[in-house]
Amino acid sequence: MSRTDPLLTVRSLAKSFGANQVLRSVDLDVPAGTVTTLIGPSGSGKTTLLRCLNGLEVPDAGTVAVAGGPSIDFGAPVSKRALGELRDRSAMVFQHYNLFPHMTVLENVIEGPVVVHRRPRAEAIAEATALLERVGLAEKRDDYPFSLSGGQQQRVGIVRALALKPKLLLFDEPTSALDPELVGEVLSLMKQLAGEGWTMVVATHELQFAREVANQVVFMDGGVIVERGAPAQVLGSPREERTRRFVQRLTHPL
Amino acid sequence: MTGEDLSLVLESLGPIVLGAITGTIPLALISFALGLVIAVVVALMRLSKVRVVSGIARFYISAVRGTPLLVQLFVIFYGLPSIGLTVDPWPSAIAAFSINVGGYAAEIVRAAILSVPKGQWEAAHVIGMSPPLALRRIILPQAARVSVPPLSNTFISLVKDTSLASLILVTDLFRQTQEIAAFSGEFMLLYVEAALVYWVICLVLSGGQNRIERRLDRYVAH
Repeated sequence: MSRTDPLLTVRSLAKSFGANQVLRSVDLDVPAGTVTTLIGPSGSGKTTLLRCLNGLEVPDAGTVAVAGGPSIDFGAPVSKRALGELRDRSAMVFQHYNLFPHMTVLENVIEGPVVVHRRPRAEAIAEATALLERVGLAEKRDDYPFSLSGGQQQRVGIVRALALKPKLLLFDEPTSALDPELVGEVLSLMKQLAGEGWTMVVATHELQFAREVANQVVFMDGGVIVERGAPAQVLGSPREERTRRFVQRLTHPL
Repeated sequence: MTGEDLSLVLESLGPIVLGAITGTIPLALISFALGLVIAVVVALMRLSKVRVVSGIARFYISAVRGTPLLVQLFVIFYGLPSIGLTVDPWPSAIAAFSINVGGYAAEIVRAAILSVPKGQWEAAHVIGMSPPLALRRIILPQAARVSVPPLSNTFISLVKDTSLASLILVTDLFRQTQEIAAFSGEFMLLYVEAALVYWVICLVLSGGQNRIERRLDRYVAH
């Protein structure tokens, strides 16, 4: 797949929780092998957008197509099977890691491949061990999550997502729950993944990551995409007043 | 205590312990196991979004908790025959105790399931699990840890409550005691002896509870 083929195509996506319209007609294209960061104030809809891509929320209307799969139209009833297939094309990394506390690091990583996808256990363990080695956590494989630092837990969260071999990696504010000194180890792993050609959509407040790693920055506010473009443009010389104010607040909180 | 008392205590200990081994303990174990199965089913029904299903579960829990265990036991053993359904003492006792435990433990299991963070369901979804699979692999194992102390309470109560089965002719620890007491006339001595045997059983159970808790605690920070 070349860089210009869209791996993710979203059209007119809408989602409400009761009377609260969280997404209003969102369009988004993410080319294969690129990184898109979603920025915007809390409540702007970036988390909901991510969750709609993975079936954690079911949109009210609009279409989503991931990695050559069918374009799913949420305006009509969607079968469980179609939702399952959509979910299996991507994997989510959560703000609060959501590791399974009753399983060791290794068990966390192989649970999906072995229990859900019925892959041979030995094979899954070999792959998981290789992935853990790559992120420098090989010696933690038999530890339980509680004994790991936040940064280590999040790296395990990323490995658990990678082990599913998704086409698309979704990150929901992956460093927001971390102590400041632990943010770097997670961001540099994500940067490494971007360099390896993973297609990623990242909701984040880390503007430096957006500037250095993203191909596309999307600024959301009030459930709509206000502005999108190359990082230098959106973050450096935003066209919209709302974007400018948001970037200003994040860069100069005082 | 006279030497005569002591020899009565020692002589009666055999039949009383036998009553515990062949009556009280299996009655409690079987009823608790069945009760737990009922509890998980009722807890899941109670959590169902389908109104009728959760309504049935609510009704069940309300009926079990709102009526005395002894009355439940008598309805099954003495009541059912009058509508043509005769149940033997043992099945009657097991039915009554399982139904009762099911009602109480359902609320424990429900609370334990709700105590598992929502993010665990979401992580299970992301790795491709259906809700039933997520429940079995991810949620219930974590709920189990939370529910061990309250379920142990229920179990210990049940062990003592099985003494009510003596009233529907089950030969348990307490019925054995009653017979020896009536025969010898030494009521104080024998009932205190029975109480001590119950106590010892419950002490063993508390020890078991601690071991299970320690085992399940291996994955939480201390």
